[in-house]
Amino acid sequence: MDTRARAYDEMLDGSGTPRSHCRQYYGWLREQPGEHLARKRAEADALFHRVGITFAVHGENEGTERLIPFDIVPRILPGAEWTRLEQGLKQRVRALNAFIADIYHEQRILAAGRIPPEQILCNPQYRPEMQGVNLPGGIYAHISGIDVVRDDAGRFCVLEDNLRVPSGVSYMLENRKMMMRLFPELFARDSVLPVEHYPDVLHQNLQSVAPAGVTDPTVVLLTPGAYNSAYFEHAFLAQQMGIELVEGQDLFVRDARLYMRTTQGAERVDVVYRRLDDDFLDPLSFRPDSTLGVPGLLTAYRAGHVTIANAIGTGIADDKSVYPFVPEMVRFYLEEEPLLDNVPTWVLRRAEDRAYVLAHLKELVVKEVHGAGGYGMLIGPAASSAQLEEFRARINACPERYIAQPTIALSTSPTLVAAGLAPRHIDLRPFVLSGREVTVVPGGLTRVALREGSLVVNSSQGGGTKDTWVLGAPPGEAAS
Amino acid sequence: MLSRTADHLYWMSRYLERAVNLARMIDAHQRLALLPRAPEAVLQGWQATLVSLGMDEAYRERHGAFNPRTAFDFVAFDRGHPGSILQCLRAARENARAVRGTITSDMWETLNATYLESLTFSSSMPESARGDFLEWVKYRAHLTRGITSGTLLRDESLYFTHIGTFLERADNTTRMLESRWRDPGGRGERLIEEASEWAVLLRAMSAFEMFRRLYRDSVTPLRVTQMLLMRDDLPQGVHRCLDELLGNLTAVANEQSGETLRRVGELHAQFHFGRFEELCAEGVPYFLDRFQERLHDLGERIADDFLVPAGTS
Repeated sequence: MDTRARAYDEMLDGSGTPRSHCRQYYGWLREQPGEHLARKRAEADALFHRVGITFAVHGENEGTERLIPFDIVPRILPGAEWTRLEQGLKQRVRALNAFIADIYHEQRILAAGRIPPEQILCNPQYRPEMQGVNLPGGIYAHISGIDVVRDDAGRFCVLEDNLRVPSGVSYMLENRKMMMRLFPELFARDSVLPVEHYPDVLHQNLQSVAPAGVTDPTVVLLTPGAYNSAYFEHAFLAQQMGIELVEGQDLFVRDARLYMRTTQGAERVDVVYRRLDDDFLDPLSFRPDSTLGVPGLLTAYRAGHVTIANAIGTGIADDKSVYPFVPEMVRFYLEEEPLLDNVPTWVLRRAEDRAYVLAHLKELVVKEVHGAGGYGMLIGPAASSAQLEEFRARINACPERYIAQPTIALSTSPTLVAAGLAPRHIDLRPFVLSGREVTVVPGGLTRVALREGSLVVNSSQGGGTKDTWVLGAPPGEAAS
Repeated sequence: MLSRTADHLYWMSRYLERAVNLARMIDAHQRLALLPRAPEAVLQGWQATLVSLGMDEAYRERHGAFNPRTAFDFVAFDRGHPGSILQCLRAARENARAVRGTITSDMWETLNATYLESLTFSSSMPESARGDFLEWVKYRAHLTRGITSGTLLRDESLYFTHIGTFLERADNTTRMLESRWRDPGGRGERLIEEASEWAVLLRAMSAFEMFRRLYRDSVTPLRVTQMLLMRDDLPQGVHRCLDELLGNLTAVANEQSGETLRRVGELHAQFHFGRFEELCAEGVPYFLDRFQERLHDLGERIADDFLVPAGTS
């Protein structure tokens, strides 16, 4: 199956004519000599290296630093389409937060029979420690990265929700900075909605969820350390928000209160924006071998003396086995119809779904329920018969560990590759912030699968990124 | 400020300062090699330097006999031991990376670019380019210091950066003097030769013109030593470094740092109110040795008081 033949192209319609919102940009792009674009791309690489926007790769030598390839052709969304997408994202995140709060309190949705209780309560992502714990504002997922893709009909749907420690927002911000530096003239032609206020909104949100009674909260960002693959992002966000970047060793708990070690003695900490998985947060409660966390943190948290963002236990809502129920959550909690659809999903613990999937394995994508980063995944159309048989055996052995989805022909965007401009598949991760209200900065991180025909956009698997433009009113025609 | 942040800032600036002082030290040897000296005097000079850097044993284990070229490579390029210039630049960058959210982007990018560029230097570079390498190290340090003073907030982040810089500089200036005093060729009765050898030291420390301006007299070991120890207006001078240490430690003082501050003050008073002749009554090398011990003690006290505070949990 050739996915490109039927994929929706973000810039050009079926006849190769630029879509109306891309006309300005595409006209400019066509005028640029190839060597000019190549030079700009080399300039971008050099700048990213100097700034140190690099990541470490699992399994490679310690200290190996690589760039995430940056493509200089932006992904452009018309304003009206973004507005619809934005509403769908906000609705979805409201429902997800309501769901997590419900699960850790009354469990109404289970009592109502909308989701099989064993699927939640026996799930390793369910954290009994959180049962009955009240959080400021009732918010669990303060930062959500919702991965959306466009199918061959041009319709957006949600591929997965990331509610634990979603990453990538620094690339959204740095990519925009880079584009403005490389091509300032483009921003005079098209009116691109700004994204650089993201850290301010994030900081305000984090302050707004401080424990009750704290008037001038101290917020810190907890990182696993300089050798984590996302360390650049941690340092970047801490700097942009003007907060301390801390490691577990910098923090300690005394009398169920959290402190950091400073040159002037101990200082209270009220809100922890953690970029560390639940398992590593507190060696006294979770993994005892973790040296990255803070002993006693859970005690301080449960006592209500510190806020952790995202909350502990949000994994129960972004688990792939729970994903098929999200549209149901929207109906149940908000009494609304979902504005954004899921990708059709077969749950392999159901016998009838399993039978179908095993019969159509070559057409489908199979994902491990707890997998992430594009690992533990089978892409049927691209798989060898040996891989297909291996997955068939794995599914039969542990069906509850897998879900399956049709192979979606992710939309494409022109991308600068060695041979010039060529279509490559892309997705989009907008970042939804929940505090007093739910907000999304216009755009998000567009990831692009750089290998021809590839549908895997993860940076660990050879993916790159693009700047994402949401267009406002054209310059000079600002809405009155 | 987080203690760990202060620790990284302190070591970031110490390593950068160390790199540039190492460059100055081997620059002095490059210049000495141009003087008419006996080959054994050249070797003894290198040996004295490696001893005062505390690198002589590591060197002997690796290379055995001294030879100027190998010694240069060892101090400049050897990635296998932590004291080389390239390893110092790497350590400065790793410390900066750990606090890149605290220092300014300009500082981080400069230290990172310095490190990335340093990867292109190695012992395979031609003899003729080696002087350029040393110049490059000095230039990058000047640049980093300029950016630091031009962009970093005047708060603890700058104070701890300064504490690292000036502690290291005081240490290095005394090591430079020590290696010259230990060099047997540097203490004879050969007045003319001696003058030009000590002038080399001044040039390597970018202090030759200052010497002329301040002394208007011939270069002698005692005058050079006096200038580098006692002048409080000479940026490379030990007295100046102690001024800075006292000021910056006062600015960051906390509940437990009183004794450390007292010791810096006491040390500073020796230079501020003492007489050079009396300080060095038992010989310059003896005084330099004692002084370095006291600096070492200060370094440990600073770490205990601020950088890895005990008893907070």
